[in-house]
Amino acid sequence: MTPRQRLWFFAIGAAGLVACYLWAFTGLPGFGNYPGPYGQEILRQAVGQTHATGVVSAVNFEYRGVDTIGEEFILFTAAAGMSVVLRRLRRERQAQPVDEAGSRTVPATSSAVRVAALLLVGPTAVLGWWLASHAQTTPSGGFQGGVLLASAFILIYLAGEFLTFRRLSPVALLDAVEAAGAGGFVAIGLAAIAMNLPYLDNYLPLGQYPGAVSSSGTIALISFFVGIEVAAAFVLIIGELLEQTLLRSA
Amino acid sequence: MGIFPFLVVAWIVVVGLYGIVTSRDLIHQIVCLIVVQSSTYVLLLGVGYVTGGAAPYFWDIPQHTRAVDPVVQALALTDVVVEAAVTALLLSFAVQAQKKFGTLDPSQLVEFKG
Repeated sequence: MTPRQRLWFFAIGAAGLVACYLWAFTGLPGFGNYPGPYGQEILRQAVGQTHATGVVSAVNFEYRGVDTIGEEFILFTAAAGMSVVLRRLRRERQAQPVDEAGSRTVPATSSAVRVAALLLVGPTAVLGWWLASHAQTTPSGGFQGGVLLASAFILIYLAGEFLTFRRLSPVALLDAVEAAGAGGFVAIGLAAIAMNLPYLDNYLPLGQYPGAVSSSGTIALISFFVGIEVAAAFVLIIGELLEQTLLRSA
Repeated sequence: MGIFPFLVVAWIVVVGLYGIVTSRDLIHQIVCLIVVQSSTYVLLLGVGYVTGGAAPYFWDIPQHTRAVDPVVQALALTDVVVEAAVTALLLSFAVQAQKKFGTLDPSQLVEFKG
């Protein structure tokens, strides 16, 4: 099929898709008028029931907790899948990174970049930690915080070299942290069963008043475990891609 | 206003698909797929919006303030995570394709076999 034919083929398909889309949209309740009975009911109940003022976190880690386990394991599986796809092949050996575009002159990393990246490592890590531990109060949570924690490690890579990044984030440790994060979430749920409660039931004290960092019971704890799982998964994924620059086919 | 956000959704889907169809580079194609997927964020948040609603966080506003649907916001979060996972996997396939065929042009990858 020539590119031109393909474009025509696409145009016909896209026209059909748009027509169906528009037809479907005419049946929607209209922007701003969604009745969403489930969501409205959660809005009425969540703060009183869970003592979490962050209702999105309450949905993620309590009402839809089982779904979030699935979500977390999607990331877990992706990290595992990547290390399988990007494994070192038999004909590859490790070597010093070489610029693939030999004709290009690559300027050395400037000290401005190094200093800025180093200065940002601390604040980024603190912000990530803060987000991962405040899911129950304000817009934040383990997923967002975990990604920021991982960026702190990427900044170390930017400020130094790949080998420094690798030394500070050894794969064996990352694997263990990731497993602890994913397993911790599941274990919190299983602990509820051990107490004769439904899976992932919120069995911890909810704290005295909504909006305190210590409130909301298992929601805060799950968010913490999700945070370390996500951070480890992202550092693994990015390390895996960076490692490719060290591989040469023999 | 009524249907406008949903028109934006349809536009993002089609423009992303157009990019995938015409792309000459796997990395570019993956970015186009991200564009297609980002339409779902607009769709989810558009569907759950309640006119005049606040964000569903009651830390500094009274508990029964009118707020937008928290369930679709949680779904959008799931969506973002899935996108990151899918992108990471696709990028690693692109790395292997480059290694095996020495090109990232999808039209030259026709010999791809099992």
